Amino acid sequence: MAERPFIHPYIPNSVPATKQAMLDELGLKSVEEIYAEIPERLRFKGRLEIPAPILAERDLERHMVGLLGKNTSCEEFLNFCGAGCWQHYVPAIVDEVINRAEFVSAYCGGEYSDLGKYQARFEFNSQLGELLDLDAVANPIYDWGDVAGRSFRMASRITGRKRVLYPRTMSPMRLAEAKTLCQPEVMPTHVRLEAVDYDPATGCMDLVDLDRKLGDDVAAVYLENPGYLGFIEAGAAEIVRRAHARGALAIVGVDPIALGVLVPPGSIGADIACGDIQALGMHMHAGGGCSGFIAFRDDDPVYAQECPLELYTLLETEAGEYAVAEAIAERTSYGARDQGKDWVGTASGLWTIAAAVYMTVMGPQGFKELGETCIARAHFAAKRLAELDGVRIRLSPAFFKEFVVDFAGTGTPVAEINTKLLEKGVFGGKDLSAEFPELGQSALYCVTEYHSQADIDYLAFALKEVLA
Amino acid sequence: MSASAHGSETPKDKVGRLARLRREGGALHDYRAPHWDEPLIMEMGTPGERGVLVPLAEPDVTAAIGAAADYIPEGMARAAAPDLPEISQHQALRHYLRLSQMTLGMDLGSDISEGTCTMKYSPKLHEELIRGHKAADLHPLQDESTMQGLLEIVYACGEYLKTISGMDAITLQPGGGSHAVYTNACVMREYFAARGELPQRNEMITTIFSHPCDAATPMVAGFKVITVMPDENGYPDLEAVKAAVSEKTAGCMITNPEDTGIYNPRIDEYVKVIHDAGGLCFTDQANANGILGVARARDAGFDACHFNLHKTFSSPHGCEGPATGAYLVSDTLAPYLPVPLVTKVGENYHLDYDRPQSIGRVRGFLGNWMGVIRAYAWIRNLGADGLREVAEISVLNNNYLDNLLMAIRGVSRPYAEGHRRLDQVRYSLETLKQETGVGTEDVRGRMIDFGIQSFWMSHHPWVVPEPFTPEPCETYSKADLDEWAAVIKKVSDEAYADAASVKSAPHSSSIARMKRLEALEQPDQWAFTWRAYQRKIKEKR
Repeated sequence: MAERPFIHPYIPNSVPATKQAMLDELGLKSVEEIYAEIPERLRFKGRLEIPAPILAERDLERHMVGLLGKNTSCEEFLNFCGAGCWQHYVPAIVDEVINRAEFVSAYCGGEYSDLGKYQARFEFNSQLGELLDLDAVANPIYDWGDVAGRSFRMASRITGRKRVLYPRTMSPMRLAEAKTLCQPEVMPTHVRLEAVDYDPATGCMDLVDLDRKLGDDVAAVYLENPGYLGFIEAGAAEIVRRAHARGALAIVGVDPIALGVLVPPGSIGADIACGDIQALGMHMHAGGGCSGFIAFRDDDPVYAQECPLELYTLLETEAGEYAVAEAIAERTSYGARDQGKDWVGTASGLWTIAAAVYMTVMGPQGFKELGETCIARAHFAAKRLAELDGVRIRLSPAFFKEFVVDFAGTGTPVAEINTKLLEKGVFGGKDLSAEFPELGQSALYCVTEYHSQADIDYLAFALKEVLA
Repeated sequence: MSASAHGSETPKDKVGRLARLRREGGALHDYRAPHWDEPLIMEMGTPGERGVLVPLAEPDVTAAIGAAADYIPEGMARAAAPDLPEISQHQALRHYLRLSQMTLGMDLGSDISEGTCTMKYSPKLHEELIRGHKAADLHPLQDESTMQGLLEIVYACGEYLKTISGMDAITLQPGGGSHAVYTNACVMREYFAARGELPQRNEMITTIFSHPCDAATPMVAGFKVITVMPDENGYPDLEAVKAAVSEKTAGCMITNPEDTGIYNPRIDEYVKVIHDAGGLCFTDQANANGILGVARARDAGFDACHFNLHKTFSSPHGCEGPATGAYLVSDTLAPYLPVPLVTKVGENYHLDYDRPQSIGRVRGFLGNWMGVIRAYAWIRNLGADGLREVAEISVLNNNYLDNLLMAIRGVSRPYAEGHRRLDQVRYSLETLKQETGVGTEDVRGRMIDFGIQSFWMSHHPWVVPEPFTPEPCETYSKADLDEWAAVIKKVSDEAYADAASVKSAPHSSSIARMKRLEALEQPDQWAFTWRAYQRKIKEKR
């Protein structure tokens, strides 16, 4: 039986007559004559170990749906895990816009051909700047840990100092990313990261320890608000003041969805803010919804000049329209290779458009109401859980949407509780027992506007059963 | 001419006729970009309008908790509301749809222009799959047992990429190609740290035609970077590499084929030079389209390589991300990969965090695994023969386009005369510029009047004068290639006939020519946000 030619719907020139016509035009017998550029000794002679193709689209869809069907989603189970990737409601309009083929399939086209992409970016930067109370917002990149590390390096370049202080309550995962960026001690360009202790009663930064560690060699003091462990950093303004008093910069890490109700970094004097936009309209995508931003003051150009990420400015045209173009591009790795400021690359463009739409439809009132709902429901959940025998809430009573639940008094480890909760259709809070052993058998629970009172009641019921 | 006039022609005749038409400029798109003159969203709406309503706390919740404001410490509440838009939902939707219309995404146009980016078709089935709740609404810290489908996809995709590269181990944690290249710099650093060879081995060698991230990311990792220039044939100068290596050499991070599309046939000799000096070799395979199933990084002696799943493996580019970098290494470097890795034990898949020699993390959680789901589906759809067909057609398309472009006045192709390029070519419009005054940036501006995305010129610095770099991957039909070449020919003809009309282009774009360009450099003029614009520019008018 003669083999059918391989004609693939994604490869128009796989039609044999077309291929032949092109070869004829080039005077070639086969593509092998082009591959003669690769010497025989470097050619792959074997066969790739890839299963037989699933050609028909329906068959491929069946196969893929079968695989993905093995997952259990946070729509099927009730999820109370956050820890840096949070389940908030994504308004349908956000998905509608970012699923537009023009946005999904665009890349680095220019200011004229891709005006809409550039304008959406500028609108994202502008709206986030409003939430943060900062005049300059750069084009986001990978995630919070990454931009924290980049902010530390940026502060080190601005101040010429090599030491950065961070709160011991910082997410260990974020810290690991930042440490990779700040290099091991053996490297001459290493930036030293040093933890500041926390008040064991509240989780807030220990100001005595801060003073002890804050010297004239400190490039920046980094604080998080809300902190990784959920509490609101009550000393934020004071920390900024003390950093400035020693000539250090103040970097505030922030979950921007809280800024309808919490004080923005710019209002307490932050020089640089960083954080993740995932909460602003991104599905979690198993963590793929994360995207880190950097924002900063614009009253001194050194911040923009040392910023490693792309910056876009608003311009006008000869016809009086708006245009948007990349500014001071020569300082990036695209402009200056190894002489540039860190590096940039393909990052998370589509997510910035999602966040732009999200901030637009939320508006000032939406952010305020959402913040209030998060606080109310999270505290309601904490209250319900604290009623269970042996369960207590740790750290500051002032938290936003996440809080630490200590199960030590129940005699059951968090890992076991979470496994048993799966049988009840619940993803429990993040197990903190390895990251913060001093907090006992604790878990970080997350409650947002996504969860109704009934969801919280069910969680309390499920935990009661599990702990019985 | 009516359709019936061609009733008797064969399919081959039809192809030829359409191609002739296009090459004569008869079938170019007389494109008119949407022109909405849309205000900024910050200027729209009316105070009080709402775009979406959010859930409010239930009465029982409020009764039990009281006012949310009471839980915010003194001085930590927001004083003034953010000045965000207040706009109803339809008006917001309309605004962003208009912006989408003023974006010439690849699905609409021809992104042959965006060389080094491998702008290929991203199948719509993939988008449907990643948007479903079984993929989109997963929390990264969910118990492994509830993510077995995702982990199976990631594991299997990793196995396929291993066979495609010949490497032994993989991470899919990096959030883009440059991020994978950065991961390599960190892995190499850790390797030498473990051997006690830091900071002595602090030099990384790259080439000028390798992507800027091959120079920038080792710098971020703490290495001193040495950049090798091309020899007269366009290959990285082997003598310069030999002169650069020493006991300080940590390794090299290079591309092959480079941006010029020229395959370096002595690549294994370069690898040997670095290895003999005790260094490690990484090859940047962001653009692997022309070599799938044809040549493998490991077979040329490399210790590590990467792929961009958003280039070669079909994931869409999404206005520059989110993206996925696949980073692959030999057994020697495997212990240093970032955590967690996906492993398979029996029939179950796991996330392995217990890797004491790991560099730690380059990315939070797991990675952008939307891209992995798409790449997996794409590879399963094509199989081994299909991947090979992708490579062959990419290379054929490129040489076919090259044949058309080299016949156009003002276009030249520097280096390696007599050698064919693989997946892309870096051309020069230096002759056009000298003879007409029309340079590559002018041509770029004019192309979009024909509905074709402006072409990618070159990374900096411009070693090739007045450069442009098309990459006609397997997605494009012969007619697409003919059209693209016809646009370049048309603009070249215009340049020789009426240079001013090219230099004043684009003529039918969404906006007129930009002005006040000093804002791109001057602090008192640039405005990165609307509030900055109002303060610096608007209030002073």
